[in-house]
Amino acid sequence: MELKTSYLAKHVRTLQPSGIRKFFDATAGLTDVISLGVGEPDFVTPWNVREAAILSLEDGYTSYTANAGLLELRVEISNYIDNNYCVNYDPESEITVTVGASEAIDIALRAILDPGDEVLVVEPCFVSYAPLVTLAGGVPVIVESMKDNDFKVLPEQLEAAVTDRTKAIMICSPNNPTGSMLSKAEMERIADIAKKHDLLVLSDEIYAELVYDELYTSFAAIEGMQERTILVSGFSKDLAMTGWRLGFVCAPKEITEGMLKIHQYAIMCASTMAQHAGLEGLKNGRRDVAEMRKSYRQRRNYIVQSLNEMGLKCYKPEGAFYTFPNIESTGMDSETFATRLLKAERVVVVPGNAFGASGEGHVRCSYATSMAQLQEAMTRMRRFVEKL
Amino acid sequence: MKLTATEIEIAEILEKDARLTNEDLAKMTNLSIDQINQIVRKLEETKVIVRYVSLVDWTKIDGHQGVTAMIDVKVTPKRDVGFNDVAERIYRHSEVKSVYLMSGTYDLSVQVEGQSVNDVAHFVSQKLSTIEGVISTTTHFVLKKFKHDGTVYDNDDHDKRIVVSP
Repeated sequence: MELKTSYLAKHVRTLQPSGIRKFFDATAGLTDVISLGVGEPDFVTPWNVREAAILSLEDGYTSYTANAGLLELRVEISNYIDNNYCVNYDPESEITVTVGASEAIDIALRAILDPGDEVLVVEPCFVSYAPLVTLAGGVPVIVESMKDNDFKVLPEQLEAAVTDRTKAIMICSPNNPTGSMLSKAEMERIADIAKKHDLLVLSDEIYAELVYDELYTSFAAIEGMQERTILVSGFSKDLAMTGWRLGFVCAPKEITEGMLKIHQYAIMCASTMAQHAGLEGLKNGRRDVAEMRKSYRQRRNYIVQSLNEMGLKCYKPEGAFYTFPNIESTGMDSETFATRLLKAERVVVVPGNAFGASGEGHVRCSYATSMAQLQEAMTRMRRFVEKL
Repeated sequence: MKLTATEIEIAEILEKDARLTNEDLAKMTNLSIDQINQIVRKLEETKVIVRYVSLVDWTKIDGHQGVTAMIDVKVTPKRDVGFNDVAERIYRHSEVKSVYLMSGTYDLSVQVEGQSVNDVAHFVSQKLSTIEGVISTTTHFVLKKFKHDGTVYDNDDHDKRIVVSP
């Protein structure tokens, strides 16, 4: 019997690999590279958190936990959300501990989408949103946030994209890659659309702790929204725990039950030692988070001003650790800019189009890197831009 | 002295890295250079910032000679001046690097640097223990500095992250 030309499913065959991967390959073998291309903190996980994992291993906690995660951890997550964002979730029936926020988004989409259901995806955004919608059998409907509006989506744009098949709106605020954050008033207007058209909001709040100028509002805290919000968050960004793969998702009981079915068959439970570490992070990690936040804020101010001074127009992002300067003044598209910058000055930035077509004309610069590295990167970028 | 939150932030930043220029500080805090100049001058003039120093790891230098000792000193406090008088008599010696008043079983913690153990021994027996009011001394020699002023000396601080990630 002849082999098939491909054993891959059609929808996987047509799925595009992440544009970031391509750029990662381009840096292979280069030395003396300063990377502003990293989507994770430069800090190492606080020691007390790492130690909690080590102690859990020493104490022999090496078996599965409950599917939804250690109850103690879910209780702590519930307290944390209540204390910080004034939303109350029942640890027993509304919280699931996941393998990073990525898994949380995946099981949320798989739990709510029927084939052909549409999800409004606001771009530029994290690379996984649209592909995960597709993999869950849904149809991603791209809504492009406005660069003239600091990459904040307008409620009218969302409403214009709503059809009979629309099931949910995906929002990430503060946003990766733009760093922009919706105000409470803007969220309320989006919430009104969700209520009017009976939509869910899948709110990726992974950067909620990394907000520098104003208080953060969770989508679930908007009046009447908890019942239609799936709140995704995790430990990666604020506690510098990316490699641990630990996240969580809070949602109404029915949705949680649905997600839990997928989670229990696909994953069983999040890594036990990571859960013990996360527990320590929630209990005793807040001071470290505050220190890191302060440092990010200083670096944000520094990089925003430096980029603007060299003529790369850049608004001041309210959160996360990304700036998204406009590079159109150089006459290059984002991939050319990033490639030439890498070659000429060995500074890595990520082309904006990796996060959706609307990111074109911009590059993502992460300031999750030491001040010394940031200073050197800015010197090199200035030299690069001046020579053009 | 009351300082504003910004002034405190500047002091914190400079405590970690004194080589940042006023221009860098201005960018980091969103203030003008003039404002930063003023704040830094104020911190310096009021001696909130006492001095700018570098941490040098002398053990990396071949042939470097030098020992550090931490000395616990018990003292009889004097009427009116308490420990101040004795502390002053101790810190005036140039080989004394720090003097702290301590709670606990002894009174002053004195850090001394010398060229050799003999040097320090000479200082303790001839100078320190003869000061009026000093009752006893216990000398501990430092064998290795692992961490000093919040800085790990032989830190493996290379970036372990992959170069590009989403």
